[in-house]
Amino acid sequence: MTTPPPGNGPAPKPTQRVVVTSPRTRAPRARRPYSGTREINEQSELGAVYMRTLIRAQRRLGLSVCLVVCGSLGVLPLLFSIEPDLGKARVLGLGLPWFLLCVATFPMLLLAGWFYVRQAERSEREFAELVERP
Amino acid sequence: MTSGYAIVAVLVVALGTILIGTYGLRVSRTTSDFYVASRTVSPWWNASAIGGEYLSAASFVGIAGLIFAYGPDMLWFPVGYTAGYLVLLTMVAAPLRRSGAYTLPDFAEARFRSKVVRAVASILALAIGWLYLLPQLEGAGLTLNTVTGAPDWVGALVVTVVVTVNVMSGGMRSITFVQAFQYWLKLTAITVPIMFLIVVWQVHGAESLTKPEFPTFPHDTVVKFHKETTIHAEQAIFIKGSGAIDGMRIENAGHTLPDGYHRIGLGSEFTFPQGAPVPHLSTMDHNTNESWALPDSGAQRFPLYGVYSLIIATFLGTMGLPHVIVRFYTNPNGTAARRTTLIVLGLLSVFYLMPPIYGALGRLYTPELLMTGQTDAVVLVLPTRMIEGIGGQLLGALVAGGAFAAFLSTSSGLVVSLAGVLSQDVLRLGGVRGFRISTMLAGIVPLAMTFVSTGMPVADMVGLAFAVAASSLCPLLMLGIWSTRITTIGAISGMLAGGVPALTAGLVTMFTDTGNAWYEVLLSRPAAWTVPLGFTVMYVVSLLTQRHVPPGVQRTMVKLHAPENLGLDGSGPASADERS
Repeated sequence: MTTPPPGNGPAPKPTQRVVVTSPRTRAPRARRPYSGTREINEQSELGAVYMRTLIRAQRRLGLSVCLVVCGSLGVLPLLFSIEPDLGKARVLGLGLPWFLLCVATFPMLLLAGWFYVRQAERSEREFAELVERP
Repeated sequence: MTSGYAIVAVLVVALGTILIGTYGLRVSRTTSDFYVASRTVSPWWNASAIGGEYLSAASFVGIAGLIFAYGPDMLWFPVGYTAGYLVLLTMVAAPLRRSGAYTLPDFAEARFRSKVVRAVASILALAIGWLYLLPQLEGAGLTLNTVTGAPDWVGALVVTVVVTVNVMSGGMRSITFVQAFQYWLKLTAITVPIMFLIVVWQVHGAESLTKPEFPTFPHDTVVKFHKETTIHAEQAIFIKGSGAIDGMRIENAGHTLPDGYHRIGLGSEFTFPQGAPVPHLSTMDHNTNESWALPDSGAQRFPLYGVYSLIIATFLGTMGLPHVIVRFYTNPNGTAARRTTLIVLGLLSVFYLMPPIYGALGRLYTPELLMTGQTDAVVLVLPTRMIEGIGGQLLGALVAGGAFAAFLSTSSGLVVSLAGVLSQDVLRLGGVRGFRISTMLAGIVPLAMTFVSTGMPVADMVGLAFAVAASSLCPLLMLGIWSTRITTIGAISGMLAGGVPALTAGLVTMFTDTGNAWYEVLLSRPAAWTVPLGFTVMYVVSLLTQRHVPPGVQRTMVKLHAPENLGLDGSGPASADERS
């Protein structure tokens, strides 16, 4: 569905876990503070920072997509009320309000949703790489 | 309007629902069966199921009716119902799934570890659910009235009985397959007829939909008045038939209706001549087809406020609907929940292309509904009115069946989730018996409410349910998921500060006649002031009561936001400051 970031290869998620538990990590694991997963599970300050970074990134992404889409839809009633002649314009044989709200909105919503899903999954992958680094 | 085929279609849908329900009972008997099955449900099935449950009476008949009556301002209903899923996708889909909550009260308890927050969320979920069930039942009454002439309460009773019996016997419960099938049935039932109707419209010469004249009767039209109606005629019309006009009895004779206002008695039946301009309901603004097609044609007192309030309610309300949340549990993980929601967006987009076309064609072919006020019936009446003979009857039957499917599936989803809330949180009766009693209660309350409501358009009523959800449960979800600062007290006061005024406003508009008062729009479209109120109170009170941040909030946040496959649960020994 989405393209993995360069350098990661098309490795599915279960494979990523195997890398973490591979024997090579045995030595660093003794010095446990280095695993982000552990930091988070043990609720250290560093773990909290990891989580906060993820939550902030996701919150910023979600809010920006929402604001762009809802904002651009939200100005329409104002525009039509300030400039009533806009309502009389015609696009593809339909009145402009009809064209915008019946036809144009839905592909835009889908596109925004698709973009969001792609970005959200990418930032989760980056987070996984960060915390699973031995 | 009465048609044998339509009655058959409604019966087939009702019986089919019961049959599939009992068959499904045999297939998935235990809860664990359901849980196992839920892990194997693909996003496509899941998304179809969400679509099936979500597309309600408001979507199927209500939107077309409102567009038909009030023009493009009402297009914000389909846009808002769809955009609500974008907001849900971007703000709550994945964290909600990861919270492991099955219902909204579950989420409230998981996030705040507080029984009180859970109780308040339960009561609000219950109120929203009932507010949402009411228009489904009204819509069912209208459909049955249109296709069989039965009184309004019959349809409401039929839907309540079918749904309650079905849910009580355990069928229909969480059966993804049935709900998924319902989506495709509804899409077919609304798409196939409109294809034919567009062809017919083209064959008739593609008459302009936006002529600068008032709608006129396309044929000699027999109109039956199901209640006393005050209409306004633009010019004198010669009508024939029986009934009462302005208190004067007319028996099967001709009568010239002078221009001006007239009171037509209940049960009157008159034939209006072809080409005459359609008189309109006195409470509805009259527009030429040209001015109808422009924004702000509804001529409310504060049109801009009304539109924005509607936008806020629908964009933010979707996530707070009790029957929508349940479906997210059947996704295997947060990532799948996101993909499912994206597909839902697509499915809804396709469906919502259709209702506006019905509304627009209705101006040409069924303008008499502007006079009787049964604008919600436009989808049901249009096929038989545009296509003569058996073809039109069959298409009409398809639409009626689809509409009935819409009432049944949405009501079932709602009754299931309401019964869950009732048995767990209100009656506190466990087991099958508790669930059955709760189901009865969940169905009977809205049925009783249909007898006292004032018959506003179904999509408007649904809009009120959205407004309550947007002002109470939406702040709980949004702030609860994205801020660690929300306290128990903040959550409770925010939900109440937004939810109680919205609910009160909704009930006042539904059960009393506010008429033309200046504050009417503030009550019928409350979201623009109750939503900011809910959000602000929840956040500010939380900041003032930082000592009551629920314990383990960091752990909860890890659960809500970390991808499942990392094995993160924040379950190590709690050492860091929980409140940071």
